[in-house]
Order: sequence, then structure tokens, then C-alpha cells
Amino acid sequence: MVTITIDGKKIEIPENTTVLEAARMLDIPIPTLCHHPKLTPFGGCRMCIVEIKGIPRPVTSCTTPVSEGMEVATSTAQLEGLRKTVMELILSDHPNDCMICEKAGACTLQELAYFYGVRENRLAGERRTYTKKDGNPFIERDLEKCILCSRCVKACDEIQGVEAIDFGYRGFKSKICTSYEKDLDCEFCGQCVAVCPTGAHTGKQWAFKGRQKDIREIDTVCPYCGTGCNITLHVRKSVSGEEVVRVTSKEDTWNEGWLCVKGRFGYKFINNPDRLTKPLIRITPKDREASGVKREENSPYDSHLTPYELFREATWDEALDYVASRLKEIKEKHGADSIGGLSSARCTNEENYLFQKFIRAVIGTNNIDHCARL
Amino acid sequence: MNKKIEIKICMGTGGIAAGGTEVRDSFESSLKDRNISAELQMGCDVHKVGCRGLCAKDVLVDVIVNNQKTTYQYIKPNMISRIIDEHIIGGDPVGEWSVAEDYHNFHEKQVKVVLSDCGNIDPESIDAYIAVNGYKATEQVLKNMTPQDVVEVMKKSGLRGRGGAGFPTGVKWEVCRGVESDQKYIICNADEGDPGAFMDRAVIEGNPHAVIEGMIIGAYAIGASKGYVYIRAEYPLAIERLVHAIKEATERGFLGKNILGSDFSFSIKLKLGAGAFVCGEETALIASIEGQRGMPRAKPPFPVYKGLWGKPTVINNVETLANIPYIIRNGAEWFSSYGTEKSKGTKVFALTGKVKNTGLIEVPMGITLKEIIYDIGGGIEGGKTLKAVQTGGPSGGCLTPDMLDINVDYESLAKVGSIVGSGGMIALDEDDCMVNVAKYFLQFTQAESCGKCVPCRIGTKRLLEMLDRITKGLGKEEDLALLESLSNDVKATSLCGLGQTAPNPILSTLKYFKDEYEAHIRDKRCPAGVCKDLLTYSILEQFCTGCGACMRACPAGAITGEKKKLHTIDPDLCIKCGACFDVCKFKSVKKS
Ligand SMILES: Cc1cc2nc3c(=O)[nH]c(=O)nc-3n(C[C@H](O)[C@H](O)[C@H](O)COP(=O)(O)O)c2cc1C
Ligand code: SF4
Ligand code: SF4
Ligand code: SF4
Ligand code: FES
Repeated sequence: MVTITIDGKKIEIPENTTVLEAARMLDIPIPTLCHHPKLTPFGGCRMCIVEIKGIPRPVTSCTTPVSEGMEVATSTAQLEGLRKTVMELILSDHPNDCMICEKAGACTLQELAYFYGVRENRLAGERRTYTKKDGNPFIERDLEKCILCSRCVKACDEIQGVEAIDFGYRGFKSKICTSYEKDLDCEFCGQCVAVCPTGAHTGKQWAFKGRQKDIREIDTVCPYCGTGCNITLHVRKSVSGEEVVRVTSKEDTWNEGWLCVKGRFGYKFINNPDRLTKPLIRITPKDREASGVKREENSPYDSHLTPYELFREATWDEALDYVASRLKEIKEKHGADSIGGLSSARCTNEENYLFQKFIRAVIGTNNIDHCARL
Repeated sequence: MNKKIEIKICMGTGGIAAGGTEVRDSFESSLKDRNISAELQMGCDVHKVGCRGLCAKDVLVDVIVNNQKTTYQYIKPNMISRIIDEHIIGGDPVGEWSVAEDYHNFHEKQVKVVLSDCGNIDPESIDAYIAVNGYKATEQVLKNMTPQDVVEVMKKSGLRGRGGAGFPTGVKWEVCRGVESDQKYIICNADEGDPGAFMDRAVIEGNPHAVIEGMIIGAYAIGASKGYVYIRAEYPLAIERLVHAIKEATERGFLGKNILGSDFSFSIKLKLGAGAFVCGEETALIASIEGQRGMPRAKPPFPVYKGLWGKPTVINNVETLANIPYIIRNGAEWFSSYGTEKSKGTKVFALTGKVKNTGLIEVPMGITLKEIIYDIGGGIEGGKTLKAVQTGGPSGGCLTPDMLDINVDYESLAKVGSIVGSGGMIALDEDDCMVNVAKYFLQFTQAESCGKCVPCRIGTKRLLEMLDRITKGLGKEEDLALLESLSNDVKATSLCGLGQTAPNPILSTLKYFKDEYEAHIRDKRCPAGVCKDLLTYSILEQFCTGCGACMRACPAGAITGEKKKLHTIDPDLCIKCGACFDVCKFKSVKKS
């Protein structure tokens, strides 16, 4: 443990802490763009500079480990002046696009530009221009807005282990590239989208679906698998009811905000008109014959029928009663072991537990298994 | 004929480019033709030797007859018969081809340590190196000295890193030696990316074994068993000679397991760099060896604690390492007898620009600028006047003629806003535009920025854009203050040495040559007549004879005029190439 002083406040912290982390523990704000708490430090944006007594030049707090007796100043006239220059430089190479940018309102760059009041730019000059041309179905890469913070590159490498993107070219022309600048063709987990502090990486499906102020956030659990990642649905009211327009995940969840392609981008089913929202009960061939429909020779009876002709809608009460009565009948006639249960990896642990309990205790058989074992 | 005859031909990159290989072949075949090879068998020895500094006069050839040396300059294959006939056979050196007085002046004020054997020994023969006491230092170190003894000698010698920063080598070794680790590395930095610098290349091409020996001794001192040489792939001859030297040294047991019967083992690998300037920065260099993109990272941790593959690593420059065997052999006192109180030993500079003698020079630290420019450099070419001396390349600054008495050492140069750096030294005269000089360096640093940090990536771009506007006559009065403040901000906020020093050429020229900036901005005039967009070419009526030479030379067809009548230049068509100016015998084309 070492003791350091930041802006006059003392704190005792373990040795491998960075100055930035220590400042955050003390609730002292330091502006950052390239830092991400879950990724290794980069030190590229230079916004987090601080003055440390005894070191002649400003140092980046995100990369500097604390040491005993360190005295840190986080906001002096000199530092704020330098930060403003850095902001002006970044914005001099950035499209003035906030009006129609998906990220507006949740953009760290926009926030800092506002904070530092950068409007007129002394340092205006050439701007990088690219044509957006990535044909992948999920991730919009608008690299004119990229500030080269490296967070996407690090997330792709350090979190996902895919290394689909990295720095290309040099100097002013540096750019986050795929190999040979081909279309992105990766796992599409969207971790890059999650960590991008600007609008350079967004979801293609999100485009023009609504500003944050019109959106209600609902925390829930991803339905796709038993991992149970915490997700946040972004729901917007529309004329036809409510629509899920985006899925995100928060950093303080157990999955640390990381998701897979299904959880992050596979949400369109929710508002799909074909989605089942009520229980359906099968119309059996016997029922159908009883109502006078003749079975065709040599033809599987149901093959020409649409799902709407095969099933009828029911209420939950009716459906559950029907299942309960049929299970009871089968158990009485053929014994409990004639019934088996197969549960799904898409269910939560709790659901799986309850299901086996139901099969064992209520039905009375050990015929219970799970798709993950197949 | 039983004369002892030796012929040494400059075969550095400069020598080869000037035709050294052909000269050597021609010597060999001419000697054979005259059937004197048999007679000369034992005595005559045609060596390839490395760079001897004065590249402008290549191919340089030493002909040594009975230990009497004559050095010839600008030698071409067709000159060889005469040298053999008159000098080797006849005994009379060919006076008109031998080097002139300036060659001797060029050498007189120099003190050669690192370059002492370059140009004298065959770099492709370990025996040649051994013959001049090569690997004696290794023997001495392994047999009689503890690693700490070696560190002490280095500290006492006062040797400071020649790669740019000037950090004391002994101290660096001592720190690394003190770090506990199962594996340590020593890296030789042969990236040499500064424009115009070629001392490291010359050392490797001329005496690769000295660098290897320096690495062996450094590795022993810090406890490293593996070494890397990070060398740019654009140095094919240096690479070839180094590979050969490593092979020879391994065969002779100076590298490998249990060197010279001791329990010290050490091996060297080469890593070829792709020629990025930033890869000379030590953390970027390490990243590059590890297979990552060459981008620097923040220090601490310093490489001596966490370097290559996370292990303690010493990185030294080629010239630093090449000094080491000489220091061990001759002692720390001998080395520190050269130089000033804080800058010991000698330094190799690449002297270029408008001096008469350009090339590599090795001088004791603390020599005056005047001695370098006027004694060694032979003064400014063409009777022009010296305007400035740029030192330290893209990270450096300018010295003005009133600083000619300054001592060239780390401290004195830093005091006036320049640096020794890796040893670039460019003499500029009245025909050089200082704004353009700054722009040249900024173009380089901007293109070589790794792109990692904002101030360097975008800041150097904006600085360059401003300079570009100024040289085009589009500069505004407020640009001067903005140039200065942005330069200072880029210096203060950049991550690595590249960005931290990139604005130096601007700050230094602004400080000493502000009037030139002002002339460009206020009067839209380039005083040196360099910036094209500010030039106009016109023909002076009083001198024009109507000869038409300019009209024929103009590639843009901008000149018209009847025979024997005044010719005129159409400013709209003129592309300002200066062809008419160069071709007019009557000085009637005016550049303004
Ligand atoms: C942008 C940049 C480029 C550099 N290029 C070189 C180089 O080409 N060769 C070199 O020896 N040192 C270079 N250096 C300095 C190295 O980082 C390092 O300080 C040096 O190799 C240490 O060796 P020394 O102590 O023997 O000088 C460079 C530094 C920077 C910031
Ligand atoms: S990325 Fe941020 S700053 Fe840039 S246009 Fe979008 S909202 Fe504005
Ligand atoms: S795309 Fe976003 S996360 Fe990636 S480097 Fe650019 S700004 Fe950073
Ligand atoms: S200063 Fe330049 S070269 Fe150095 S890390 Fe920053 S961008 Fe890269
Ligand atoms: S947050 Fe520290 S440099 Fe970007």
C-alpha cells in the first residue's frame, strides 16, 4: 500500500493502481477518451494528463502507476489549456455531425467538446474523409468519426480474442482497419460498438430509431442462452405500440457489459408480427376429421397446412389445464416412466431447476435431461 | 619485385555506389594482366574496407607500397592501369589523382575511436579485426572482470548513449543488472531513421565485430543471455556483413555456449525493421520485435525493468556499443580524457549541406562548431556565407553563425535550444530558406508519426499545414503566435520522443530567424528565393540578347520572343522550375 495526495486529498491504495483509478476512488473527475476500465491502458488521447510534483512534464494518469508520496494536481490552468488544445485538435479532424449522429447524447467526445466549449476551432485543417462501405449486416463503421482511441481494437483482442481489427497506416492517415480493408467478417459480438466513445462504431439496425430522450431503458436477462447475460432493452414508444430499438449491457453487470452477436443484435424477433405471444393448441387430425375434413390418399395429412391451420390460439389457463390433464391421463394409463422431460439451454438456471423438480416430484420419474448434454 | 603492396578500396555503401566493386575487379584483373600477381603474391592484398568518412570523394583507394600510403580520390576503373604502371611498378604516385589538402584537413581535427578501424580493416574478416586487438576486450572481461567491474568501468568512462538521449550507459547497465529475472535481453538499436544520418550504418558496414563485442560485454554486465540487433531492412550491406560477422564470431567461440571457456553464454539474433522512424524509439522497437505494430507505450515501466517479452532489457545504440571494446581495452581514463566535463569521448556526426567536405566525421566532444564547419568541413562552398547549422535532425534545432565558438556537446547545444541527437549536422547558407527547412523536417515527422497520440498525429499535421501556407504566401499574421503555442502544446502533451521533439525545428527557426517568417507572411517574399510560390521569373531587358536558350529550356512553353529580340515569360504559364534561370548565360533571368 502506498499513500498519495491528489488535489490535496490523501488516499491509501495498493501499489499497482494507476493515478486515474486513485482519482476516481476519490471522486475527482479527470476527463478521458481512450481509457476503458476493463481494457489495458493505451495513453493515446492525452486528455487525462496530470501534474506530478517532481516530474517536469505532464503525464497521463491512465498509464502512470502510483508511488509512495506522490503529489498530483489534476486541474491547473496549464493542464486545462493543454486539454483544450487536444480537444481542438481532435475536433479539427472530426465531422460536425452531431445533428444526425446516432451517438449524440451518449457521446463522450460531444460531452467533452461541450465541457471545454470548443466551437470556433483555431486549428481547423484537412479532415480525413472515407466512404462508408462496409457491407456487413450488423456494425456501422463510420471511421471519419473515429478518434483512434484503440478501445475497439483492444476489446476485440483482449476480450473477444478475435483480432479482427487493428491500426493501419501511419501518422495523420492512421485508421482502424480490417485485414486488407475488407468488409468486417468476424463474430459480430459488437464489443467494439459497446466500447466506442464516439459514433464511429454503431449498430446498423439502430439507425434513425430514436434519440435517447425518447427511449425507456429496461434491464432484463438475455433470453438466448443459459449464460444469462444482463441486457438493457432500449424501448421506444411508437404509433404501433412499443418497439425495442437497441440492446446494450451495462459495465457493472456480471457479464461486464460484454455480449454475443445474438444478445446484442438479435432482438428484431421481439417486434416481429410472427412472434408467438399466446399459447397455441394443436388441432389433431382426429379433431379435423371430426369436423368433416377428409384425409387425402397417400399424403401426409398435415403437410399442406399452414401453422394457422395446424394450431388454434388458446388462453394460458386453457393451455395449462390441457397439458395437465393429458399428462395425468398418460401417467395413469402408462405409468410415470412413460414420460420424460427435456429442458433447454435457453432457460435460466432457476427455470431448469424448477423443471427437473417438476418432472421428479410431480410426475415422479427420473427421465429428465437437458439439451446441453446431447 | 618484392615490394610489400597493399591496396584498400572503400567499399561502404557510398564506395559501392560510386563503383567500388568495379574498381576492385579492375585492380584484380589489371594486376593479373600485367602478370605481376605472381610476383606480388605474398605482398599484394586487395582489401575491401568499410566507410572512411569522406563519401563525397568516393571511390577512395589507398595504395600502400612498403608502408608508404598514398590515397587516391574519385577513382574509376579506367584509371587503374596508370596507377599500377606508374605507382606500383614505377614507384611514382600519380600526384594529380591523389587526395588534396582538404582531405588531410578533413582528417586532422578528427579523433577516431569508433571509426578508428573502419576503413582500415576488412569488415568481412574476423582475423582482420583480431589483428587490431579485436575480441581482446571480451577476453579481458570474461577472464578478469566481474559484471560489476564492467559496470564500474563504464560509469567511470562517462560514456553516454549515442542514440539521441545521451543517458549514461554505465548507469543503465547497473539498473538492469540489479533487476532480478530469469531472462534478460540486450538490444542493439540499428534502426537509424533520422534523415541524413548514416553513422550507424557506416560502423556496422566498416567494423561489425566491434558492435558484436560491445553487445557481448554489455550482456555479460547485465546478465543477458540473448541479444537482438534491430536493423532496418534498407541496409542490405550492413545486414550482410553483420550476419557474416555473427557467423564468424560464433565459429570462433565468441558467441554461443560457454564463451571462451567461461560459464557465460550469449547469442545474437537479427530483427529486420521495415524502416519506420518511430521504431527507433525503444518501446516501439520492442513492440516491433514482439510482432506488434511499432507504437511506443508510456514509460514507466522502463525497458530496464520491463522490456522485451516483459523482461529486463537494455537497449543501446550502435555507436554506443562500438565504443565499448575500445573503452575496456584502453581504460576509462583514456576515454574520458576526450571531451568535456559531462560529455566524454568522441561523437560521430554526419556532416552534410553546404560545406565543402561532406561525410562522416568523428570528433572529440566539446570541439567548437567553427572547427567542424571550417577546419573539417572546409568552409562553405562557393564562397557563400553560412546562415545556420542544423543539428540533431528532425528533433533538433539551429545554431547561428554567432554561435560558432560554441562547444559541441550535450549541455552546450541544449542550452541554445538544439541537441546533439544522433549526430546529424547540416550546414545551411544564404540560399536556404529557414521556413522551408522547418517544413522539410515537419513533413518527415508527420509522415513518420505512429498515429497513436492526438498531439503528434493531428498536431504535427496542423503545424505542417501552417508552414505550408506560409511558404505559399498564404500565411496570416496570427499564424506566428499559433505556430509557437501549438508547438509548445504538442511538445508538452505527446507520448513519445518523436512528438515531444517534432516541433523543435519550428521553435528554433522561429527564435533565430523570425524575420524570414515575417518576410513570407507580410511581404509574401522568400528571402532565400526557395519557396516557389513566392517567386516570379522575369527577363531583364538590358541583358537579354534574344538567344532563345531560355525558350528552349522552358518545359512549360511559357517563354516567347523573336530571335535577337527581348524574350518574355508568361507568368500564368510559368511553373517556376527555374530552368530559364539556370540556362541563361547573360544573367538576364531575374528571380524575385
Ligand atoms: C522517434 C525516436 C527515434 C529514435 N531512433 C533511434 C535510432 O534510430 N537509433 C537509436 O539508437 N536510438 C534511437 N532513438 C533513441 C532510443 O529510443 C534509445 O534512447 C536509444 O536507442 C538508447 O540507446 P543509447 O542509450 O545507447 O543511446 C529514438 C528515439 C525516438 C524517440
Ligand atoms: S461521434 Fe460524437 S461528437 Fe462526433 S458527430 Fe457523433 S455525437 Fe457528435
Ligand atoms: S472506432 Fe471507436 S473505439 Fe475504435 S478507435 Fe475509433 S473511436 Fe475508438
Ligand atoms: S508522439 Fe507520435 S510517434 Fe510518439 S506515440 Fe505519439 S503519435 Fe506515436
Ligand atoms: S485516457 Fe489517458 S491518455 Fe486517453
